[in-house]
Parts: sequence; C-alpha cells; structure tokens
Amino acid sequence: MADKISILIVDDEESVRDSLYNWFIEDGYSVECAENAKKALQMLEEKEFDIILADIKMPGMDGMEMHRRIRSLNRDSIVIIMTAFASVDTAVQALKDGAFDYITKPFDPDDLSHLIRNAAAQISLKSENEALKRRVTTLENVDDLIGRSEAIQNVLKQVENVAQSNSSVIITGESGTGKELVARAIHANSPRRYFPLISVHCGALTESLLESELFGHEKGAFTGATFNRKGRFEMADGGTIFLDEIATISPKMQIELLRVLETKSFVRVGGNKEITSDFRVICATNRDLTSMVKSGTFREDLYYRLNVVNITIPPLRERVDDIPLLVNHFIGKYCTSMSRDLITIEPAALRHLERFEFPGNVRELENMIERAIVIGNGKEIKLKDLPMGKEVADTSVESLDEMEKRHIEQILAKYDWNVSRSARALNVDRVTLYNKIRKYDLKQKE
Amino acid sequence: MEDKKIILLSCGSFDRGFLKKISGEVEAIFNYQTVTEECHLDLSPYYNPTRRQYDGDRLLHQIPAFTNSEYYKLIGLFRVDLYIPILTYIFGQAILGRDCAVASVYRLRNELYGLKQDEELLLSRTVKEVIHELGHTFGLIHCHSTTCVMRSSTYVEDIDLKEAKFCRQCRSQLELQQ
Repeated sequence: MADKISILIVDDEESVRDSLYNWFIEDGYSVECAENAKKALQMLEEKEFDIILADIKMPGMDGMEMHRRIRSLNRDSIVIIMTAFASVDTAVQALKDGAFDYITKPFDPDDLSHLIRNAAAQISLKSENEALKRRVTTLENVDDLIGRSEAIQNVLKQVENVAQSNSSVIITGESGTGKELVARAIHANSPRRYFPLISVHCGALTESLLESELFGHEKGAFTGATFNRKGRFEMADGGTIFLDEIATISPKMQIELLRVLETKSFVRVGGNKEITSDFRVICATNRDLTSMVKSGTFREDLYYRLNVVNITIPPLRERVDDIPLLVNHFIGKYCTSMSRDLITIEPAALRHLERFEFPGNVRELENMIERAIVIGNGKEIKLKDLPMGKEVADTSVESLDEMEKRHIEQILAKYDWNVSRSARALNVDRVTLYNKIRKYDLKQKE
Repeated sequence: MEDKKIILLSCGSFDRGFLKKISGEVEAIFNYQTVTEECHLDLSPYYNPTRRQYDGDRLLHQIPAFTNSEYYKLIGLFRVDLYIPILTYIFGQAILGRDCAVASVYRLRNELYGLKQDEELLLSRTVKEVIHELGHTFGLIHCHSTTCVMRSSTYVEDIDLKEAKFCRQCRSQLELQQ
C-alpha cells in the first residue's frame, strides 16, 4: 500500500523538507516538497496528493490558510498541520477546519510513523468504501426491470436520464406493470441513493391517516397519538419519497401536498414548528391523471408540479417478446429462494403464456410462475401447472363422468379415504359415495 | 568478493574489537570488503545546545569530507545522540540510493533505559542498525517483514525483534542493485 501513497511536504525550512523527504522515501512513499503555500497550491492544481504535511508558520500564506484553500479546491487530500509552536487554540482551529491531525515539531519517530499509518489506513478505507459503493450501485441497478422489447428499453433509458436530476416524476401504467420497481431504479441510480427511499401507498390510507403518515404528528395531536412521530416527508430527508396511487388522494391532501412540494417545509399534525426536508418526489398511478384534471378531480397545479417527467410503463400484453425472459427470471428467483434446482418450462406452457392477456401484468405472471414451481413436479413447468393451462386441459377432453370420477378421487385422497368426511365434503350421503366408488372402481393408493 | 569497498568510519571512541565484529558482519552480508577507519572529529559545530543533541542531517552531508579513502559506501558510527530537525531522535540516517549513512550507538545502549549494561546486545543492535542504514544506501526501503533487518524501528525493542539479515525479497532487491 505504501508505494501507492503520495505525500506533499510544505515547509519553508529546507532542513525540515529534506528530513521528512528522506524519512518518507525510506518508507516507500512517493514524496514531493514545496517551500511555500503558493507553490504547494500550484502543485495541487496539477496533481493530487494523498497526504499533505503543512507547516503552520510560513512566510506569505500560512498553513491554516493553505488548508482552507485546499478544501475550497475540493481536494480529498488528508492534511496534517505541523508546527514548532504548540498551542491548543491552533490545534483546535486546525481540526475544526478539517485537518486530519496536528503534530508538534520535533516529532517522536513513533508518533510520526503512527500518524502516517493512520492516514494511510484512512485512505485505504476511503478507497475501499468507494469501491463498495460502486458495487452496491451495480447491485441496486435495474436488474428487476427485465426486457429486451423496445418499449421497456425506452423506459430504462428514461430511468437512466431522469435518475441524475432532481425533477419530480410521475410513473403511469396499469396495475402490476412494475411502477414501484421503476421508482426504486430511479432512486438507486440517483445521487440520493445513499439516503432513504420512503414509499407511501396513498390508496391504502384514509385522509386523516395519510396526513399523519406524511407529515408526522406531535404527542396528543389526536386520540391515540401517545408519542411524537416523524412523518414520511421528514424520513425521506436527503432521499426520495414514492407516493403510490397518487390519484386517490383527497382534494384537501392535494392542496397540502402542493404546498409541501413548493416550500419543502411542513408542520407536524398538532405541532407548530416548521420542519424542512430535502426530498425528491416520485409518484405513480394507474389512472389517467390528465382526464382527472379535465374533470376537476385532480388539481391542475399539483399535476404540473408532479408531472415534470412522465414515464409510462407498457402493459405486458404489449411486450409479449419479454415474456420468455421474465419467465426465466422468475424461475431463477423462486427456485433460488425455495432452495430448489433450476427448472425449465415446457414449450406448450410458454406458448400459452405468450398468448395470455395478463390483466394483472408482470405481477400476475410472477405469481403464476411462483405457484407453478410450488405445485409442479420440480423438473419442468407444465401447462397443467398454470391456472389457464388447467382450464384448457379441463374443458377440452374430459367427459362429465371422467370429471366426476377425478373429483371424487381428489376428495377421497384429501380426507385420507375417510368415506363419511368425504361424503360430507361432496354433500352426498355415504351410500351414494360408496356407489360412486364402485361405479368408477376407485381404490385407495398404497 | 567485489573490489568495491565499504568504510565503517568510527567517529567516536569505540573498542577496536567491537568495530571489527561489526565490519565482519557487514562484509559477510553485503559481500564487499569492509574496512574500519577512525576519524578524530570536532563535533561541536554539529551540537544543538537547545536540544542537547547532534545534527544528524548535517553530519550525513559532511561525512564524505571526513575520509580521504575511496569507497563505495561510507557509514559513520557515532557515540553521541543524533537528531534531525523534525524528529526527537534517530538511530541512524541515510540518503536512499546514495553512498553515505550515519548511525549512533547512543540510544542502543541498555543503560539509557535504566537497564544493565549489555555489550553483546549493544553489538547486536549496532550491527542491525549499520546494516539497515547501508541497506538504504543500496536503495532498499522499509520492509514489512517482521524479522527483516530493513523493518522500520522507532524503539530499541523493535531492533531486538528483527534479525541481522535481509528477507528473501530485500535480498533479491539488493542483488539487483549490486
């Protein structure tokens, strides 16, 4: 590690520069020297240094001023202030200004070694942290938004473009198309990704509950408010708030929301203190907001405030080409979560999926695959494992007798061939059931 | 053995047997003829009365003038307490990849730490310190290997922990430099 770390020594005394230079060179660091702050700043404009050791007393610009200028250059270098005149005040000021440490000349050799080792450890941690953040970013990518179709590729492109901005976004699309996934992808790829993404399902809450949920409340604000509670806007400080089913909020809440979006400040229910929060808003709806604006059920000013960017997710029936990819994705997802070997899907089943309308969109497809894995044979998803496949199979070939026989068989199996319980379940008497068992020559499997 | 010569310059009053043992160890490890020379030097110009120590940096730069012999590497051995402006003390000092170094036995003595005099230990520490500083003149930097002589030592106990020889990596680097 040592050979990667660069050190800049800034001191007006040549003997100090030479001594430190020799000391650090022997440790394998890359070392350069500057005799004054001006030269050091010039060097910093051309090159980055990991550690800067700067004397506090220098003619012209002193080490403290130089340190402030380095900070204004937005350099990440670790600055260690050196001085021959130890004083608590300057030490405190140096640390307040963001210096890594403060050391009094002459140093104990061990102190200097420790100081540089600590600084090197910090540099190493920082670079490790950055590498991990990059990894997290990769993991948080839009992995769940699967599809090669032009429609979904356009959505991904929009996500990429809009993620870096701070603009409000409305995501529209039918139920189950993945609006929340798109919101997560925008947040995960935005500069706000290290802050929370707070989701609120507006449709699930009454007006008063939603108000308390969004703005928080003070103790005693209403019956049951036994303690202070932060609202979702407050929790989303620095991050993103995702308001799902935005079209369902009441006219009163629409006004409140508009005011919060304009001022980024609000008051908790029952409180009087103004709270500010820095958040980005992403909304989603499966309704047509423009027609709601026209009919007067959704405020036009709020609509324009929210609708800076609009992303429309196509329904699954409009991107049939993506179904095989999605199916494989969900097979992988559920086989992994159920600790099963990866299975396949028979071509006939896949063809049926491709022909299906999917009113519940990707969510419906996902549920179908999960169910098929649970009830299937563990090797291949067959047509009969799919709900609509069963319908097809049932209606195409079976006669009424065959259907009756299979149904009785299933009920008997369910009640472990207990004829009384099976008869009750079938709503027939025991004699009728015995007759049916004889008629269809049913036998208990060993 | 190479023709080039290492000079161990005695800049203080040292027992001849002590110096001979050191030069023998140096010769064995570097494979260069190592000779001992004595110089009678007035150290007062290098004394800092405020610190009550001697300026190791200045001595390092002046030491070539203290001998008339030709040398490949030169190391001055002192009895006095050496410092450099930024550090409270040094055991020794060299310029990386150049031909001169200095070392002092002052802080290698057990007596300084209130312990019983131990000449064997002093010899062992001095040998390690001399080899270490000469190693720097061959361009070797500090090594992280626990027992390598090129490991950085800020306390005398650190010197005792390492051995008077190079680790495999430093040895191969030294051979490249030679």
